[in-house]
Amino acid sequence: MPQIAFTSQLQRFTETPELRTSAATLREALDAAFDANPRLRHYILDEQGHLRQHVVVFIAGRRVADRETLGDALAPDDKVYVLQALTGG
Amino acid sequence: MVDRAWVATRKGLFELRRRTGAWAVERASFVGDPVSMVLPPDARGRMFAALNLGHFGVKMHASDDAGASWREVAAPAFAPQPEGAPGPAWKVAMVWALERSGATLYAGTLPGGLFGSTDGGQSWQLDEALWNRPERPSWNGGGYDVPGIHSISPLADGTVLVGVSCGGAWVTRDAGASWAQTAHGMRAEYMPPEQAFDPEVQDPHAIARCAAQPDVLWCQHHNGIFRSTNGGALWTELHAPLSSFGFAVAAHPVDPQTAWFVPAVKDQCRVPVDRALAVNRTRDGGASFDTLRAGLPQHDCYDLVYRHSLAVADDGCHLLMGSTTGGVWASGDGGDRWAALPARLPPIYAVRFG
Repeated sequence: MPQIAFTSQLQRFTETPELRTSAATLREALDAAFDANPRLRHYILDEQGHLRQHVVVFIAGRRVADRETLGDALAPDDKVYVLQALTGG
Repeated sequence: MVDRAWVATRKGLFELRRRTGAWAVERASFVGDPVSMVLPPDARGRMFAALNLGHFGVKMHASDDAGASWREVAAPAFAPQPEGAPGPAWKVAMVWALERSGATLYAGTLPGGLFGSTDGGQSWQLDEALWNRPERPSWNGGGYDVPGIHSISPLADGTVLVGVSCGGAWVTRDAGASWAQTAHGMRAEYMPPEQAFDPEVQDPHAIARCAAQPDVLWCQHHNGIFRSTNGGALWTELHAPLSSFGFAVAAHPVDPQTAWFVPAVKDQCRVPVDRALAVNRTRDGGASFDTLRAGLPQHDCYDLVYRHSLAVADDGCHLLMGSTTGGVWASGDGGDRWAALPARLPPIYAVRFG
């Protein structure tokens, strides 16, 4: 099952679940994490449901380009990292 | 309150206290995080701080004990953006202004949405009448990529005046049900000459109201200083010494003839004139100004006082100002003499008594 993990920097603000999920897409994996901690959603996504400008996501080492629909497919062994982008300072 | 103040900075919120005549830092909160605006405590001690986390977005925090403890509460946010909606993205990029009038809270934001809360900040509602004005998608950014509401001046009768960079000034007299442009008389020298007096293109850097005579408003504009004596219906340009460029304005709470400004060279060179910090004060409605320097750095000074960083207390005598390079100065005599806070703070976004 895919795994999803979040930058430890977020722990200053809210809990960050590290979990395995049956999600088939990035959005489903994020939703699984938001189910575990609803407050996390607005740290990662803006009100339009897009990745925040200075948040970056890697799937199996590849930087996610689709930042709006979050439709990237996940393979069973994928590791998803949600990190802060250096563009954010 | 004249012995407590709040300083919102690039790296935290600082409470200042004045004891035995001298100001000092009492407490620091949110250290390391950008605090774009603070709303000082009400009579019950409830206050708000707007954070603008570099990576994780706009957050609102509330305190019920005057800043001793904080909890995260709802932040203003837009509804889903309709397909093809003109103008900037419907995403709150910053809370630029926080005010209260009675039980209503107001938040002015980049990209130009005015939000209100009537449940103590548990939820926020967009003022759709202003947001849906046909002129709004044509507002321009002023110092930021997107336009923003930086000044909110509410009255008890349902009148609210807001300043927009860049979209002029807007007023509602029916608690936000309808809005009208109210920047007539302002002059924009950064536009083609035939558009210089178009109210829609004006860039009021800050607008302040005389509390005791609310028809009197003062505006530090991008290229000048303006005053209105009829609630913003018409503005008259004033001419201050050194420079009429700057960001900040403070209106005397009682005397409608008195206001303070902090001049800088010009928009292309945002430093004090001659590298010497000064405050311009008028006590005759803008007919003349005193340039006040006592106690302010007069050599090698590059401090710029941003739009929310000059404050006057309710007594009209105590003043505080903070700079984008972290300097804070206080006056207890209307600006005649100033004393530096014995601290070097982060870049300062806002200074407020309360």
